[in-house]
Amino acid sequence: MRDHERTSPPRSGSSRRAFLKGSGAVAAATALSTAPQQVFGQGGNTAVLAAGSKSIELNVNGASKMVKVENRTTLLDALRYGLDLTGAKPVTSDGSSGASTVLVDGKPMTASTMLAVECVGKKIETVESLGGDKPDAVCQAFVKHDAMQCGFCTPGFVVAVRAFLNKNPQATEQQIREGLNGNLCRCGTYANVIQAAVAVAKGG
Amino acid sequence: MANYNWPKQGTASLIGKSHTRLDGMMKATGAAKYAYDIVRPNMLYAHVVTCDIPHAKITTIDTAAAEKVAGVVTVKVLKKTGDEIRWAGDIVAVVAAESDAAAAEALKAVKIGYEKLDIFVDDENLDAAKEAMRTGTVGRNVQVEDDSIEDEAQEDAEIEKLLKASHKVISGTYGIQAITHCCLETHGSTCEWEGNHLTAHLSTQNVSGTKTQFSGPLKITADEVTVHCDFIGGGFGSKFAADQWGVVAAEIARETKRPVKLMLDRRTEQEIAGSRPSGFLTARVGVDERGVVKVWDSTQWGTSGVTGGGVAQTVVPYVFDPKNRRRLAIPVSTNTGPNRAWRAPNHPQGCAMTHTTYDDIARALGISSLDVFMRNLSSVSNGKAEVYADQLKIAAELIGWKDKWHAHGKGDKKGSVVTGLGLGLHTWGGGGHNSRCSLKVHPDGGVEISLGSQDLGTGTRTVIGLVVAETFGLPLSAVKVNIGSSDYPESGPSGGSTTVGGVSESSRRASQDALAQIFEKAAKKLNTTADKLEAKNGRIQVAGSADQSVSWKEACSLLGMSALETIGDFKRGGQTNLSSSGVAGVQMAEVAVDLETGVVKMLKFVAVQDMGLIINRLCAESQIYGSVIMGIASALFEERIMDAQTGRFVNAELSDYKLPRLGDVGDIVIHLYEPASEYSRGVVGLGEPPVIAPAAAIANAVCNATGSRVPVLPMTPARVLGALK
Repeated sequence: MRDHERTSPPRSGSSRRAFLKGSGAVAAATALSTAPQQVFGQGGNTAVLAAGSKSIELNVNGASKMVKVENRTTLLDALRYGLDLTGAKPVTSDGSSGASTVLVDGKPMTASTMLAVECVGKKIETVESLGGDKPDAVCQAFVKHDAMQCGFCTPGFVVAVRAFLNKNPQATEQQIREGLNGNLCRCGTYANVIQAAVAVAKGG
Repeated sequence: MANYNWPKQGTASLIGKSHTRLDGMMKATGAAKYAYDIVRPNMLYAHVVTCDIPHAKITTIDTAAAEKVAGVVTVKVLKKTGDEIRWAGDIVAVVAAESDAAAAEALKAVKIGYEKLDIFVDDENLDAAKEAMRTGTVGRNVQVEDDSIEDEAQEDAEIEKLLKASHKVISGTYGIQAITHCCLETHGSTCEWEGNHLTAHLSTQNVSGTKTQFSGPLKITADEVTVHCDFIGGGFGSKFAADQWGVVAAEIARETKRPVKLMLDRRTEQEIAGSRPSGFLTARVGVDERGVVKVWDSTQWGTSGVTGGGVAQTVVPYVFDPKNRRRLAIPVSTNTGPNRAWRAPNHPQGCAMTHTTYDDIARALGISSLDVFMRNLSSVSNGKAEVYADQLKIAAELIGWKDKWHAHGKGDKKGSVVTGLGLGLHTWGGGGHNSRCSLKVHPDGGVEISLGSQDLGTGTRTVIGLVVAETFGLPLSAVKVNIGSSDYPESGPSGGSTTVGGVSESSRRASQDALAQIFEKAAKKLNTTADKLEAKNGRIQVAGSADQSVSWKEACSLLGMSALETIGDFKRGGQTNLSSSGVAGVQMAEVAVDLETGVVKMLKFVAVQDMGLIINRLCAESQIYGSVIMGIASALFEERIMDAQTGRFVNAELSDYKLPRLGDVGDIVIHLYEPASEYSRGVVGLGEPPVIAPAAAIANAVCNATGSRVPVLPMTPARVLGALK
């Protein structure tokens, strides 16, 4: 069988990789000497975090958001615990499940392998941006073809399919089978995901 | 007592058709909130500190450094010095901190000293297990046709005699490695207290049953606990309990007066939160010239963890039950995380270990596997020989058996690639679990139903809505379904394919009772009698005549000032027309095997499945697709790999624990088998059966392609190449 193609290549710099390695996105790189302070100011959260936190501005789903993070805070944690955008899911810290897939400047990336601080100035789109009153065609096709069971992998899969079809709008079934192997589903919804993706590709 | 029943086949307006899920768009847009997603102001994040050594005695526990890590609020020690650890991943302490990152950092600062004890994890190696004194009492189960036989010695002699008298004796070794549940949402909860009341947002397939699992250890009463779970990110049998880590989260939340989120990290999830027992077997099978089994003799072994266990003898041989058989079972104790129920406990392993043996009969005699399975149907133990025969014909047609079949190892080779066909059968019970619901029909026409059930991902919410809407002649969107809380009437845990049976029982009963009362009111208004009325297209009407009718709303307005409330109650085992138990099912696989690389590729898979009455066709199909894909996983990809020296689970990250991806599943063809004889049985349940036979069917297809049996699953390239040598 082929190697699983990644739709969301997560690694771009060796320093970050080393930084994340071995501790589930936790490393001692951040100085932790000063007093605790308030972080995660958005979304009503006032958790007191270890020191070293700062406010950063993230462009998420078309709006500018201030989030307090530490240097070691992943984009995934900032989205989930700072902005209450919990569509992207924590499944594997190394990104191998694709469950935390979001679009960063239009590219599918696993938020669990990115640091929030490196996303400043980048355009972040989460699965929530595909919802709303008129859900994206991919979301609609996932519902129609029942491309979900427990649903925990679904948001990451939806974003991955959206990104794949953005790049390959006329994708054939064969291309879909070969090109969407970065997302893991335990319930076994792949057959339905293929149907959904093919339907979107055929519909436009 | 009212006579509860389903609409006659072909007359239902909603039941049996395809409906998208009520919560589908929430899942597709990330709006669905799982236990992992509950975020509260002032919440603490907790992580578990586990033991790396699979068998050890704790000598010291030092939390001082961890307590000093910035952001740490509390370190709770769950073990004491002198305690014995019997598997890696066992929890020693819990750290709670202001952030997830701080908790993860601090757990590394907890220093635990150990005295290492003997380790054994090699469940496949029976000789090594015996040498290490890790085997338990041999389970023996024998039946012989000759009823004059009285003792074990005579039984043994009879089995040997029958083997000797057989046309041919097929012997072989078979097996399937332990696997883990790999729930994408790890086990855990977010716990919060309001005064003396605990709300546990628990990732669970058992909202009603876990309440007392919190209240007991927390020394409060059940009325002081609400277990809440709107969505669960995978369970597969592993999430029935509050678990030690759930109770600890609640304790820390009570002590700190702050909400606490404790979700297991991935490695710990894989190590301790659920595994399926391994099973290995040697068999000698005596057959006649047509391939019919006359005598079966097997010895099996395997592990469920330290307690030994392994696969139940009752599934050996699987589905088939020859009149003369001896089955011995040896439990092997290993220092591995304890097993938990995994979809259709015992059955997938039983099928994988013995339908491969039946396939080897065909290989040895040079005849078609389909013929061997057909000819042995006279010995099936569940009374479903005719159903299997019918399903085998349908499956053979769908996969193109007649055109594609070749004797084992005798197919054409294209380059280094050969193809083959294989099959397997399965059976399961299902039926309905205990279920109680409360149904309200409001005077303004609003309908809501509440029950302490949960949606594992099977579409339970939608099933409940469909049953109520069907009964009232309303669209699905008219019914509000409340599940996922222990504050609702008690409904059973979602396990064993009993949920759809259970919840459709209670919801149909409550709806039919409510409708009878609404008919009484409407009959007066329509100057007729209740027995002449029907609920259809949003109206209550004289059967077949829409002009003598009132709208649903009008009918409900006749209820007066307060809502009509009925309770639907079903107890498993009771007399009922609405559900029953017992299914068959036939599966066939077509694979391609590259003889140079050992890589197996799925070409086509056919699943023919009965399930009694189908409520939602779309979700029923999804269950089968998913089951087949899970089966492909254990046939070709997944296994728990234990290092014999360190005793560690070496592939306990999902990047190392191989599972199929979207491109690995081939074409899957589903046939929902629902003749009148099935429909009339009512709901049976579907979660387990189709996950059982894929491993055997695929293993047999690989053997048919190559002519060589890969004895132990999963059939990784290395094992395939090993078998070809």
